[in-house]
Amino acid sequence: MRLPLPRGPLSAAVIDVLSGSDPAALPQSPVEPVDALTDDDLQLALWTMYELHYRGFDGVDDCWEWEPRLIQLRNELEAMLLATLRAMVVVPRDGRRVADRLRSLIEADDGPSLSRYMQTRADRSQWLQFVAHRSIYQLKEADPHTWALPRLPVKAKSALLEIQFDEYGDGNPARMHSELFRVVLTELGLRSEHGGYIDVVPGITLAITNVMSMFGLHRALRGALVGHLAAYEMTSSEPCRRYAKGLRRLGASDAACAFYDVHVTADALHEQLAAHDLCGGLAEAEPELAEDIIFGAAVCLAIDGLFAAHVLDSWAAGGSSLRTADDSLLAVS
Amino acid sequence: MTSPELGGARITVYPDGPLVVRGEFVLDDLDKGQLPTARVIALCRCGRSATKPLCDGSHKITRSPRAVPRDAAPERA
Repeated sequence: MRLPLPRGPLSAAVIDVLSGSDPAALPQSPVEPVDALTDDDLQLALWTMYELHYRGFDGVDDCWEWEPRLIQLRNELEAMLLATLRAMVVVPRDGRRVADRLRSLIEADDGPSLSRYMQTRADRSQWLQFVAHRSIYQLKEADPHTWALPRLPVKAKSALLEIQFDEYGDGNPARMHSELFRVVLTELGLRSEHGGYIDVVPGITLAITNVMSMFGLHRALRGALVGHLAAYEMTSSEPCRRYAKGLRRLGASDAACAFYDVHVTADALHEQLAAHDLCGGLAEAEPELAEDIIFGAAVCLAIDGLFAAHVLDSWAAGGSSLRTADDSLLAVS
Repeated sequence: MTSPELGGARITVYPDGPLVVRGEFVLDDLDKGQLPTARVIALCRCGRSATKPLCDGSHKITRSPRAVPRDAAPERA
């Protein structure tokens, strides 16, 4: 993957260092943006540093992953992001089982429905935009949550593995969910390489994947990580059925719809495993993590709601949900 | 306790949810024959699934105001 284009001083500094500049030039004590969650520059700086922990960048030395000055900057930006999330998402404590609390949280969520729009109204251009947004995470689907594995007690670890086996195709690379998503991109005529649309997605899209990476790379946030996964799985089956209908409405093949089709039944199973065995198992073994599990789930729902609102509002205003409309593959007609 | 013994299968009842089957099993349909399955499956227990015999999460529609069609349901994928 190539390095992204900078969007401001933070991301420019990170990208410059990875391109060969002196890391001494990295900003010290950067100024906190108005909204760390949606700030393009902060989110792109974080995303770029996080990618060093996944597949890296073409021509960039792998050793940058643990460069102390980059890690220091990452810590400072993460502190801003985490403080924003803690202030945004406040869930009252209660003594019920974690699985029951997760279900209540999801039932109470009133974010806008993007899947209903995609099913019944979205035109081809809007579908292309939607898929470009989703490619940022979906092409590495499940990877951030895999960071939790060595940090979990036995029952929770076993449950996470049951979920991840499915996510990674159960031994068949072609059935890996990220690969099924690649088929969607290809059939729609879009680029299918990881990060292919990094320069056109807004900060909130980057935040979706950055939050998972932040939860995943900090053992201290393992509760939030599994809570995030539970909320993700618990809000997937029904929307995926709608997405599949929307794609078929545009004439997509069964092969392209497979990504959404498999999630209908897979995530109906995963939501049970995630809520009861993974989150329940972790809370049973480490009760002090219960509030963080709920926090992670609430963060997932909140960010998803902000993303959906951004996309739907952009379209309602007659514009593009992406940062630029000059990508010929994504042109708004 | 969630893992079946070697060579057997374990069926777990999830509260207000499906039956989850793990271990060594086959899923037969008298009309269609043996159905391909994943290693672990969730069987519909409420009768509302559109993917029977597998669960598709539709049981929530019977008990949750969230699942009533409206433009305000949470989201995924």
